[in-house]
Amino acid sequence: MKVDGNWFNERTVKPIPKLLENKEEREVLRKIKKQKIYLLALLLPFILFVIGFEIGPLVAMIKNSFYADNGIQVTIDQYITIFKSKFYLQAIQNSLVISLFSAVTSVIIAVIAAYSITKFSQKIQNRLLMIANMTSNFEGIPLSFSFIILLGNNGLFTLLFSKIGGDVFADFNLYSWTGLILVYIYFQIPLAIMLIYPSYQGIKKQWKEASSLLGGSTLSFWLHIGIPVLLPSIVGTFSILFANSMGAYATAYALVGSNYNLLSLQIASLVASDVALKPQLGSAMGVLLAATMIGAMWFNERMMRRIRRDLR
Amino acid sequence: MKSSLTFHKVIVGLLVIYLLIPLVGTFLFSIAGKWDHTILPESYTMDWYIELFQDERFYDAFRRTLFLIVMSVGLSVVIMLPTIFIITVYFSKWEGLLQAAAMLPYGIPPIVGAVGLIKVYSDGPIQIAGTPWILIGAYFITILPFMYQGIRSSLRTINAVQLVDAAELLGATKFQSFRTVVFPNIISGILVSTLLSVALLFSEFAFANLLVGGRFETIQIYLADKLNSSGHLTSAIVITYYSMILLLTGIVLKLTFRNEKNPVVSNKKRILSFFKKQHCNKNTAIEGEK
Repeated sequence: MKVDGNWFNERTVKPIPKLLENKEEREVLRKIKKQKIYLLALLLPFILFVIGFEIGPLVAMIKNSFYADNGIQVTIDQYITIFKSKFYLQAIQNSLVISLFSAVTSVIIAVIAAYSITKFSQKIQNRLLMIANMTSNFEGIPLSFSFIILLGNNGLFTLLFSKIGGDVFADFNLYSWTGLILVYIYFQIPLAIMLIYPSYQGIKKQWKEASSLLGGSTLSFWLHIGIPVLLPSIVGTFSILFANSMGAYATAYALVGSNYNLLSLQIASLVASDVALKPQLGSAMGVLLAATMIGAMWFNERMMRRIRRDLR
Repeated sequence: MKSSLTFHKVIVGLLVIYLLIPLVGTFLFSIAGKWDHTILPESYTMDWYIELFQDERFYDAFRRTLFLIVMSVGLSVVIMLPTIFIITVYFSKWEGLLQAAAMLPYGIPPIVGAVGLIKVYSDGPIQIAGTPWILIGAYFITILPFMYQGIRSSLRTINAVQLVDAAELLGATKFQSFRTVVFPNIISGILVSTLLSVALLFSEFAFANLLVGGRFETIQIYLADKLNSSGHLTSAIVITYYSMILLLTGIVLKLTFRNEKNPVVSNKKRILSFFKKQHCNKNTAIEGEK
């Protein structure tokens, strides 16, 4: 009887709640599904914007770079044109050289300056970082203008030095390679300092003490401990600065206009100028510029990985 | 030891001089009357500022820039806030995708972005090249990385996922838990990235020049146009513009600084650490049952 009762209970009582549960579960599931659809619908504007203004244009640019000037034939002529033309190759070379040079110089200055900054009291350090932050916002058109009124043809310093009779600035021309370098370095330094300064916080005083207790000199400390610790952030900063100046447009536009052959200025005049629009060629050069920047990032990551492996 | 400190003083001194000379020079130039062969101006005047503030073109350009900024930053907040919230809380498997889409503009300079935008919008179904609308879209993408990082990290610091779980357990709807629990807690974080975006767009020139140019004169285009005319007047523009940028970044710095030391925040953190503990307990209980 006892067994039967159990059997009865199991057969008759349990299935009913199970059925109910299923029904409720289904209801809940349906509700969740409905809610999920609403939530997905809320994502739609974002997806539209990303496709319309980020992914779409990028794909269009890459696609457009494989068309002939008439926009109908599919070809790689545009790339061949670039690599056969002395003029465009020079633009790429100029951009690369200026970016490399300004990035290397700024990183070196920033490494030294950031170290010097750490030597002051916390209050002064904060103030110095604030100046760096402040000046890092001074870029583009206003910055170029500022250099023009100081060092341009009729600039204050130019006139002043010529009156004093200094021939040092006689050869100096702001609207040239040297001028560009000077301005690029100016906007890179504050950024580099802000990027490198935090990594000095990672070098503990105790490490220096331990190193000197073990008989190491200041030089050997920096050679074997300090610089290896800083290296990832130095390399990372370098590639950010490099990419930053490869893509810089406003500063160069304001300073040299079309008088100097730079990749970004060439692209601009090919896709959005009043004369001789060649959007396909511009697209191809845009692809090359993007590729260089991705290359810089890739290089950065590889270097970081190598450095970290060495550390381990 | 003392001599080495002198060395550092010289380095930092040189650096500060190098960084400040262009700014100070521009400022002095903007208030200088006659200045061509002396170290400091011979006479000072406010004429350039008076002239600037009577220039209708300046106001118009300023208004246009403001319009673009309000539209694109506003759109960004309205769109990105729910997007990031929904993905973090309900569709966390797509977080990588969202991050990739949001951080990509960081690696693409405007000059490259503009090439594609011109191509897409100069013909085809939507022809908005040369109008401010294309700029709003481009700016939405430009500030995407900043907005994403700001909102994402504020959501992370308040442990949004657990907060929403708790709110929904207590019977709140999804919208209620977002509006009354999550949103009030992340306002200050959003404010910082919003102000940063405003400052960034204020100094945006490449997109404005390439996509629209003189047809919709923004403050930067106006500035670029004035480069070759009166230096004094342009200095006044630069200084006015730069003071606004400084004001914005100053507020940002203040806000970030205050947030770190705010006792209210630390209270909030305490509550959250309690939540965290609860969460851990739940996990260990489940593991124990197994």
